[in-house]
Amino acid sequence: MAITEENPGYKWVGTRPIRPDGLEKVTGKAQFGADLMLPGMLFGKVVRSPHAHARIVSIDTTAAEAMVGVKAVITGSDFPDLAANGAHASDIDVANNAIAREKVLYEGHVVAAVAATTREQAEAAAKAVEVTYEILPHVLTVDEAMAEGAPLLHEGMITKGVDPAPEEPSNVASKILHERGDLEQGFGEADVVVEREFTTKPVHQGYIEPHAAVADANTDGRAHIWCSSQGHFQMRAYSATVLGVSPGTLKVTAAEIGGGFGGKTVIYLEPLAVRLSQRAGRPVKLVMDRDEVFRATGPTSGTRIRVKMGVSNDGKITAAEVWMAYEAGAYSGSPVGAAGMTAIACYDIPNFVVEGYDVVCNKPRVAAYRAPGAPMAAFAVESVLDDLARDIGMDPIDIRLANAAVEGTQASYGPKFPRIGFVETLEAIKDHPNYTADLGPNQGRGVAAGFWFNAGMMSSATVHINENGTATVVTGSPDIGGSRQSMALMAAEELGIPYESIKAVVADTETVGFNDVTGGSRVTLATGAAVVDACRLIVEDLRARAAKTWDVEVDQVEWVDGQAQHVDGSQPPLSLSDLAAKSGRTGGPISANASLNSRGVGAGFSTQLCDVEVDPETGVTRVVRYLTAQDAGRAISPDYVEGQMQGGVVQGIGWALNEEYIHDQDGVMENPSFLDYRIPVASDLPMIDCAIVEVPNPAHPYGVRGVGEVGIVPPMAAVGNAINDAIDVRMTDLPMSPVRILEALTEQRD
Amino acid sequence: MKYIAPSSVEEATSLLSTSPSAQVFAGATDVVPQLRAGRSAPEVLVDLKKIEELVSMAKDDDKWTVGAATPTANLTEDEAFSGEFPGLSEAAGLIGSDQIQNRSSLGGNLCNGSPAADSVPAMVVNGARAVIAGPNGTRVLDVAEVVTGPGQTSLEADEFIVEFEIDRMPARSGDAYLRMIPRTEMDIAVVGAGARVTLAEDGSIEEAVVALGAVAPTVVRVPDAEAALVGNTADDETLSAVAEAASGVCNPIDDKRGTVAYRKQVAGVLAKRAVLIAIERAEQRNGSK
Ligand SMILES: Cc1cc2nc3c(=O)[nH]c(=O)nc-3n(C[C@H](O)[C@H](O)[C@H](O)COP(=O)(O)OP(=O)(O)OC[C@H]3O[C@@H](n4cnc5c(N)ncnc54)[C@H](O)[C@@H]3O)c2cc1C
Repeated sequence: MAITEENPGYKWVGTRPIRPDGLEKVTGKAQFGADLMLPGMLFGKVVRSPHAHARIVSIDTTAAEAMVGVKAVITGSDFPDLAANGAHASDIDVANNAIAREKVLYEGHVVAAVAATTREQAEAAAKAVEVTYEILPHVLTVDEAMAEGAPLLHEGMITKGVDPAPEEPSNVASKILHERGDLEQGFGEADVVVEREFTTKPVHQGYIEPHAAVADANTDGRAHIWCSSQGHFQMRAYSATVLGVSPGTLKVTAAEIGGGFGGKTVIYLEPLAVRLSQRAGRPVKLVMDRDEVFRATGPTSGTRIRVKMGVSNDGKITAAEVWMAYEAGAYSGSPVGAAGMTAIACYDIPNFVVEGYDVVCNKPRVAAYRAPGAPMAAFAVESVLDDLARDIGMDPIDIRLANAAVEGTQASYGPKFPRIGFVETLEAIKDHPNYTADLGPNQGRGVAAGFWFNAGMMSSATVHINENGTATVVTGSPDIGGSRQSMALMAAEELGIPYESIKAVVADTETVGFNDVTGGSRVTLATGAAVVDACRLIVEDLRARAAKTWDVEVDQVEWVDGQAQHVDGSQPPLSLSDLAAKSGRTGGPISANASLNSRGVGAGFSTQLCDVEVDPETGVTRVVRYLTAQDAGRAISPDYVEGQMQGGVVQGIGWALNEEYIHDQDGVMENPSFLDYRIPVASDLPMIDCAIVEVPNPAHPYGVRGVGEVGIVPPMAAVGNAINDAIDVRMTDLPMSPVRILEALTEQRD
Repeated sequence: MKYIAPSSVEEATSLLSTSPSAQVFAGATDVVPQLRAGRSAPEVLVDLKKIEELVSMAKDDDKWTVGAATPTANLTEDEAFSGEFPGLSEAAGLIGSDQIQNRSSLGGNLCNGSPAADSVPAMVVNGARAVIAGPNGTRVLDVAEVVTGPGQTSLEADEFIVEFEIDRMPARSGDAYLRMIPRTEMDIAVVGAGARVTLAEDGSIEEAVVALGAVAPTVVRVPDAEAALVGNTADDETLSAVAEAASGVCNPIDDKRGTVAYRKQVAGVLAKRAVLIAIERAEQRNGSK
């Protein structure tokens, strides 16, 4: 671990205790979304569109309703028509994506759902729902969707962000633009200019646990939902919108979650399960199979990106021009906005234009995926930067150091950076033995960097002191990356009691204050700050109780190592367990709440070093060595920080080498299984070496920045740059599969 | 759906002849995914693993006998077998994962009829024969003759494979199997290549068999490669002839797993590499069986 700032003597923060959820998960006791069984529970099944784009002419449910065991059948007309009610456009999209109304916009789009006594009955009934479609022409890629005369998904879609607004509708939902300086002058100052065009395919988050939800509706209109998600408050809000009810009528309990990576911040099954339960008068469980997960959830955008960059011979980037189009899937909202802000954010570039388009097409609506939008843009920019370094004969780390954003740099997306650790990640790579390790035949080495904002947002926490002086830390942030351990470590540090004396739990929407989703790498930062605030309130309370016991002023009492101590030592110390045992006589139960809107995010940077070996006869690429350096701000739980760093890299390697959505001519997905949608398996990977960099975020009590996302930004370019180094072929299309590499090598030979 | 586990070959054949929609299974590692996907719905499933001779391995002076339902893990764990047939053993060891290999069988791998089945090219190059039981007794058929197309075999509905016979590996002989997959495991062959050679006293190649998987509707032999090898050594010219012949016999499809051009090119590469490994092994097997 590369520590750039001295650890100020923390006892618990930065240690590696045993993970609190491990035992239950390993023994199979942990309850995931699909595990809950309720008495009288029915099984649901969703009916999905087989067409990429079609008008729903009619839906006949009579045959399905008459089948044995069937208790409810619902369609879009069982939900309020938000468009007719004048709802916000984004809410209408959420509702129409959950269940289609007039049109289906992608293969897998929900058109109906059934609930029956057994799973088999539900499956049979789903097949018996008769849907008549009028098939419409479809568009699958940004190229098709942006073409002249392309069929429209939404007849009224006028591109936002263009002045004057276009008169004709199109599939382009919006345009973004970031500009600075004078592009022409910048390119004029360059000694070398490289321009390339890149494409990437939609890729799925690939969480192992498929979506699942159980709903139990009461006759008074209230309902309880159990689901696996990245934010049960968000599930409550979205479900309430789609169902047309007040959020307070829904209670949502978070199940353990088997991965999300952004893909479980949106709703699919929850409102359907509630409506089915209301119609049937029984609890209903809906679980997706893998095929449905691929066809109808996630993924992130396929893209086309052009990058032109110039450097002077001393390695200074003089100008950058980036054009990008991101697939949004069926409804607007691709992450092109974030892509535009992050594309060149690592560097201090005087002249640039970054232009982006959010484009709808007949594929599943994209969902967030780790640093949404940034990885594709970084693939393009970091590949071109690698070419520029080669052209001027400069070391790839040195060219990045020569342009690196530092404290005070005006970020390409606007604000001035506070203290950031990009340079430190570059240096950590350069100082690591991997940087100079020998390469064998057909091997190559690549470097790439990435930036992600990290989010703040709103969190609440409650801390209870139990009667024996142990503590319970309650938050509403689903633990997808180890947050229970991080919360407990920070609470241990604050309260001065052992980590083992603290239990961190994730409570339902009625038991703890509001929490935004577990996303944007924000939980250790924001929810962690709420936990620290609550602990500090507890410590104040404890000091007051000790002062009262000793009959002294509060300022005579210090809280040290889990004990109240009199400043002059005139009283025997009172431990937390002493005070807890006597709480009934000193003011009652000891507990505190804290709620906050995060006080300041800390941007994250990652630099990565990849060594590959390419088989020139088969095009197979193996990653033989990999190093990732990332600024964590402060690694509260280094085990989990490394887990996040490694996980991002692994997903990035999959994205780089093999993962892609493959559609046939009709817009039907051809590879909706883990056999043909190839995420990496363990044996594909070397040990992912980690260098944790710690440049504390001044806005967090422990300096936390957030680590969940930036790690997936550099890998595609790092792998591509290493391939280029190995075989002298610049791969511009993802995935860099054996077929594509062999094609490129054959072209190179001819 | 009914599950039956007969304990003898006779019981199994009589079951099959009386229930027309019965299907046999061994490891069910193909059968269960097919049932789940709704691609088959037999009324009766006949478990072959309770029949002793189907789950056994034995050798005598002339041949090995491997029960058709024997877990493929046994082929890799049996040192005598894997020492004698490293190529076939490695092919069996490529199937899925440890968990799959504790269930999967050569009989199932063959009779599932996938062009990409890993053990089949390795069985073909070793001249394996299938002993087939039916209502009228048993018959013996070359493994190469069993599969007639994707998912199709020449077995009658009331027949099944009891065991495989593989003649003992002669001196100065070796086998090999290689497959190309984009990942390193848990994947399906885009191209598979098996080879077996026997060397003459002078080190030249006396006999050679080359077979390819996943590049045609069934596993295919490469006679031109075999002809190019016999009487020669593994010089560059011979090896390019092998590669060219292998690419030439391919009749693959363009699909999500690979293009025609890719499969042809890589078939040549793998055939060449498999031959080289087989030769190296043959050179090490100078002694007797
Ligand atoms: C996760 C996973 C990974 C896999 N990876 C691979 C791989 O890498 N390479 C590969 O080649 N395969 C792979 N497979 C496919 C499968 O495991 C193999 O084909 C295996 O050898 C099948 O053996 P089995 O005994 O399980 O067959 P079963 O499923 O029992 O049977 C398969 C077919 O053969 C028939 N059959 C079985 N035994 C006999 C018999 N004695 N006589 C007549 N017919 C019979 C059955 O009726 C059925 O049609 C994989 C499967 C899974 C689930």
